[in-house]
Amino acid sequence: MVWAILRKELRVELRTLESVPAMSLFSVTTFVLFHFALARDTVDGSLASGILWVTLLFASVLAINRLFVADEEQGGFDGFLLAPVDRSALLIAKFLTLLAFLVVLEVVAVPAFGLLLLEPSLGRILPRLIGILLLADVGIAAVGTLVGALAVRTRARDLLGPLLALPLLVPVVIGAARACAPLMAVGHPGRIPVRWLETLGLYDLVFGLVAYAVFDFLLED
Amino acid sequence: MYGKGLRALSITTALIMTGAFALAFFWAPEDADQGFSQKIFYVHVPMAIVALCGFVAGAGMAVMHLWKRDSRWDMRSYVAIHLSIILGVGVLVTGSIWARVSWGHWWVWNEPTLVSFLIIFLLYCTYQPLRFSIADPERQARYASVFAIVAGAFVPLNFMAVRLAQQYTHPRVLGNISGNLPGRMEWAFLACLLGMTLLFVTLWKYEMTSKHASSQLRRLKRLLGEDGQAKGRRTAAPATREAATPV
Repeated sequence: MVWAILRKELRVELRTLESVPAMSLFSVTTFVLFHFALARDTVDGSLASGILWVTLLFASVLAINRLFVADEEQGGFDGFLLAPVDRSALLIAKFLTLLAFLVVLEVVAVPAFGLLLLEPSLGRILPRLIGILLLADVGIAAVGTLVGALAVRTRARDLLGPLLALPLLVPVVIGAARACAPLMAVGHPGRIPVRWLETLGLYDLVFGLVAYAVFDFLLED
Repeated sequence: MYGKGLRALSITTALIMTGAFALAFFWAPEDADQGFSQKIFYVHVPMAIVALCGFVAGAGMAVMHLWKRDSRWDMRSYVAIHLSIILGVGVLVTGSIWARVSWGHWWVWNEPTLVSFLIIFLLYCTYQPLRFSIADPERQARYASVFAIVAGAFVPLNFMAVRLAQQYTHPRVLGNISGNLPGRMEWAFLACLLGMTLLFVTLWKYEMTSKHASSQLRRLKRLLGEDGQAKGRRTAAPATREAATPV
């Protein structure tokens, strides 16, 4: 069931190209904006890490806002509720969809960041960076799915989505940005402090469980 | 039902708060470093602790609401979170004043407790807009409870993350709560904490009583055929359908 919904979501995205291109374009544009706003050609260390994470976070808010809109407007929720399936299937499928969007976004945004702004070369730090990105993506996807479902059926959904998501994602930014900062330092990349990875892991676990526990209540009518 | 014992509770709260502040100002010794300005500690810290406990209590009540399907729990959760947000404004203002006096800036980023509190406060600020933008009262209650639970789980996690982010050896009074306060200060602090908790409970009961009374009034008016004046008004407060069932 999860697989069926996931395939549907990915097919819709492939045909409409609604979220991922917008997210990627948004992130590249934001890097250009940062170049002019900071008046710097290259960045490194905690500044680089901060720029990357804030950009990725804002780009993911775009997807979070769109995640359930088609279901709400075109009766996807009704169809799903009529089907005799476990409601958590929708959560898991949407979570995986968002996760896939984020991964594709990063496939575009991270090389663009390396090309446009980052001073140390991307190649050496890439394996460790991918690990941090994936850990953070899981947290963003879990919270994003929950917030998307919460906000989509309110009148002010475009406003409430970011307002709810950004404070909830502060721990992700703290963990991911601090973990990436030593990687992006000029010269020899430093070691990643383990506690940031632990923070991200704990965040993923807690909000994964919370999302699983409360998601059913969002779908009751 | 909520009005029972309210007078006695109010008087106790007033007495204990007065007593606690008297202890804090006249009995507890002045702080060697910060002098008189440290007295704001007896307002700021209990207020912060009570506000955070109020948020978590609101989450617990939201769990009860989703579990028992009783809209009264939603009302309780709403009132607890609502009061905690108001206390939260007080926490940020007193914290800011304290920071200004002792560190010379209105806002300091290296005080993890204050920063965590700001993030939590920003999150809870969306509670009312969320409620307000859902028209159907039943769904409003359900979604608000989901929000309250998620945010309640966020409170401890956020504190942990922010505290990790600033492993600082700042001379903090807050770090000393766990036993390093000199005896008199600690007793005065505990008295203030008790007073603040009682204040929260009293205000909570007052608001519950008021909501309950006005919903009963509406019900009586409806019975008398005077319906229609409250209808159609959007509100962030939970619909008081409890009036339909005798309590």
